[in-house]
Amino acid sequence: MIELDGVSHWYGQRQVLADLTLSLGERRVGVVGSNGSGKSTFARLLNGLLVPGEGQVRVDGLDTRKQGKAVRRKVGFVFQDPDVQIVMPTVGEDLAFGLKHRGQDKAEIARRVDAALAQYGLAELREHPAHLLSGGQKQLLAIAAVLITEPTHVIFDEPTTLLDLGNRRRIARLIRDMDQQVVVVSHDLDLLADFDRVLVFDRGRVVADGKPDGCIATYQAMHPPL
Amino acid sequence: MLSLHHEARTPVHAVPAGLKLLVLFVVGTGSFFVRSIPVLGGALVAVAGCYALARIPWRMAVRQWLVVLPFVAVIFVVQGLLVDWGSAVLVAERIVVLVALAALVTLTTRTAAMVAAVERLLGPLRRLGVRPERVGLVVAMTIRFVPVLKEQADQVRAAQRARGVEYSARFLTPLLVKTLRLADGLGEALEARGVDEDDSRL
Amino acid sequence: MALFAAIMVVLGLFPLIELPLVPAPVTAQTLGVMLAGSIVGARRGSLAILVFVVMVAVGLPVLPGGRGGLGVILGPTGGFILAYPVGALVVGLLTERLWRRYNLGWALLCNAVGGALVIYLIGIPYMAVAAGLPLDKAVLGSVVFLPGDLVKTVIGSLAAVAVRKSYPMIEVPRDRA
Repeated sequence: MIELDGVSHWYGQRQVLADLTLSLGERRVGVVGSNGSGKSTFARLLNGLLVPGEGQVRVDGLDTRKQGKAVRRKVGFVFQDPDVQIVMPTVGEDLAFGLKHRGQDKAEIARRVDAALAQYGLAELREHPAHLLSGGQKQLLAIAAVLITEPTHVIFDEPTTLLDLGNRRRIARLIRDMDQQVVVVSHDLDLLADFDRVLVFDRGRVVADGKPDGCIATYQAMHPPL
Repeated sequence: MLSLHHEARTPVHAVPAGLKLLVLFVVGTGSFFVRSIPVLGGALVAVAGCYALARIPWRMAVRQWLVVLPFVAVIFVVQGLLVDWGSAVLVAERIVVLVALAALVTLTTRTAAMVAAVERLLGPLRRLGVRPERVGLVVAMTIRFVPVLKEQADQVRAAQRARGVEYSARFLTPLLVKTLRLADGLGEALEARGVDEDDSRL
Repeated sequence: MALFAAIMVVLGLFPLIELPLVPAPVTAQTLGVMLAGSIVGARRGSLAILVFVVMVAVGLPVLPGGRGGLGVILGPTGGFILAYPVGALVVGLLTERLWRRYNLGWALLCNAVGGALVIYLIGIPYMAVAAGLPLDKAVLGSVVFLPGDLVKTVIGSLAAVAVRKSYPMIEVPRDRA
């Protein structure tokens, strides 16, 4: 359960989020909105990468302001560009990275890395240099590296924006099959079509909130075709 | 990135990295106090023996030395003309012994073992707030980002070429700004992946 | 930090400028020293460059032409490489001090002092000792690097001033909690 209570946020003088009060309990929540509507800021508030200028964000009762570190352990974050997210030279090392930082012992790290390599079809690529992966493989690795730490919630910030159709569908399937609560910020409306709930952002406010069909239609109506 | 390490199973490879560095240090310091051509010549033969023992291929050894040899030649001539030919031989011998031995250490030691040795060497700096155990991590991250930045550099240059600028050192500024953006993103990603805040500026 | 160390490596991949009259290879890497100091400041800049030197020492081929290893550091020109982090530190300290009125002139000064002078002050005596040369001869031998360093100082300063305008890093405390 993710709760926002009277949340506003500013960058300098510019207000990017205005008085949001929401409670997200659905398993798959989608977020749409034009560039600059505040949805990326919203995503970053959910795992404490940003703390709100005003108001409170709680994840399963933990306040992101006071318990940021605990929140980030519960809430995984997948970025748009896997190139910033992958920090180690090889696939295997990158998968191990988050676990090492959580102080897992070596045997457990090795076991989980093996399992993840097999699960995400990366087994052949253990020693493979990360920069030689394709765009789709990179995003897959970035997601695997987050899931390996066993978060209970995962936030995705435009996970498919840089991908081709085949890889988009692959990531969409992966998200669909996840057990965790997921919040997905995306311009990819197909990805959100079967979600439990969709929020539409406009200039820092939620202007529509509900089932995907209605919300996506509202969003499309805000941007009429030529 | 390829390391300069040459993999093989030989007695030289088996010597622990710390001990190799110690030997290098002792020989390095000692060579400045030895002023005898035969002794340094002997050392040179000994080092060559170690190369044979480590079964370093010829080409690889030469590649390591090639960068120093012209330099040694120049110094040899300058020394000979300025001082005398005796000390020219001495200096040339000393440089070759030192460089060859150091290169041998590099060739026969795994990068990981060297990193571990460096971390131990930096141990005393812990009191100054340096965390030596981070060295390996930062080195690994650097290796990871070399190709990313190389690609960015190529992109920036291509973009400038597309706009008709053939070659310009100005490609540096957009590259640096991109890099700083990337650094911000990386800091964020590290934080999201559970690295402590004060470490996230690696 | 890792990123600036990576920039050093990338700079080593590019033959920056081939000056027709200078026989010695002009390495772009001292440019990295200047940029690290003047863009991310003394502490982070010098640490980044230190990481780079560690990479050379542990045998990664990060110097121009794929060189690296202890042989380079203990060779006659090793002092120049060991001086890199100190150079970045000095560039950074000067830049931080002059940050408010920083302009091309000050940038040139900071980079010339830290990115060239400091490196000579450490590199030349090291070479003199390692090669058993009288100091004045070692100084004379290093003159070949001067034109290259002049050019790099100008390029580095132009870039530092431009980056300060578009993406200032020093002084602004970053409020990422």
